[in-house]
Amino acid sequence: MAGRPVYHDPLEAIADIPDGAVIMTGGFAGRGVPARLILALRERGVKGLTLITNDTSGGWGGRVDASYLIETRQVKKVIASWPVPASTAMITPLEQQLLAGELEMELVPQGTLAERIRAAGAGIGAFFTPTGAGTSFAQGKEVRTINGVEQILEYPLAADYALIHAYRADAYGNLVYRRTARNFNPPMATAARVTIAEVEELVPVGSLDPESIVTPGIYVHRLVVKRG
Amino acid sequence: MRIARELPDGAYVNLGIGQPTLVANYVPPEKQVFFHAESGVIGVGPMPEPENEDPDLSNAGGQPITIIPGAAFTSHVDTFAMVRGRHLDIAVLGGLQVSEKGDLANWIRPGRKVGGIGGAADIARGAKRIYVMMDHITKDSERKIVNRCSYPLTATGVVHTVFTDLAVILVTPEGLVLQEVAPGWSAEEVQALTEPRLIVSRELQEIRL
Repeated sequence: MAGRPVYHDPLEAIADIPDGAVIMTGGFAGRGVPARLILALRERGVKGLTLITNDTSGGWGGRVDASYLIETRQVKKVIASWPVPASTAMITPLEQQLLAGELEMELVPQGTLAERIRAAGAGIGAFFTPTGAGTSFAQGKEVRTINGVEQILEYPLAADYALIHAYRADAYGNLVYRRTARNFNPPMATAARVTIAEVEELVPVGSLDPESIVTPGIYVHRLVVKRG
Repeated sequence: MRIARELPDGAYVNLGIGQPTLVANYVPPEKQVFFHAESGVIGVGPMPEPENEDPDLSNAGGQPITIIPGAAFTSHVDTFAMVRGRHLDIAVLGGLQVSEKGDLANWIRPGRKVGGIGGAADIARGAKRIYVMMDHITKDSERKIVNRCSYPLTATGVVHTVFTDLAVILVTPEGLVLQEVAPGWSAEEVQALTEPRLIVSRELQEIRL
């Protein structure tokens, strides 16, 4: 059986991502971010992206995050839970563009964001959740009381491309993660037409314990490797 | 320090970003409390020495952490399934305002155009018991315990107890019950800095640390 295409140059792995694409990028607080893929997209200058990611606050101790694509004005809409730093000391490019009407933003509670991505990957049409009921997050959404609990209707979030990060992969695209660098990467892997995984190391097929594989290769279409 | 006493042995607890994170430092060693972090860990340990920081391991605020023996990592789907599914015993969250009915506003100040909700709305709704840890009044001397929150809400009717620098206040269907006051403070003085009427507990005590 043929393995997944393996790239060493991240630019080649993202060469077909067009302007206007809907992309997801994994990562949380600068951990588990597909940094090489984000920098490659930045270098290619793809524009008009819809970006689905957890946080774009930037500056996790100099770590790359998806804010690198907002800084260069490549994003027209961002869907995230933590778009700006807690501190108001500095106005970020995201805030500047948002206030100037150049960027659209949808703020989503973190658990709802994860579940909407999961729903897209799992073929779920929509779901009701208590998170956000009775708050501004319920605005414009269908509300229903189920088993005595007020809940709001949330729809799946799918993407054209998911850019994710993992620790190790084998040639079939099976992935394992490391510590809190796992975060949004497993659900995002399931929710895109094309999933591109940036990994630290490519290991021989059969060397990953099947019990420990978090993302099976069925969800992964391309691999970008540092080593192996 | 006061809140750490409320965390029972074996409890699963989420600590919010900022001040609540410090609660972990005051849990006595004979108690085993499992700390959950939105970054995807159950079993957060003490802060590491700089030379022991792991680049792939952080808490919700992005600070390096350690894990305890027996810790587990989860993806965000599971990290929040256990929140939403009411598996966490307690969450200790910061607060901008708490209402008489236990509504919590803690994610954005009015006037700021953009804020981050992060996991606050999920956790405030999902944990079985919500403790709010905050100053009793703002730096500008505005009351934070109010009849109705004027700031955008995180969740409605979820707060169990408010722990401030001046008082411990229980949210009940009958209203807010003043359980403890800081040393040197009277119930009347706390009431003057609290908008809703406080029911003074018959067993009113001084806060002991």
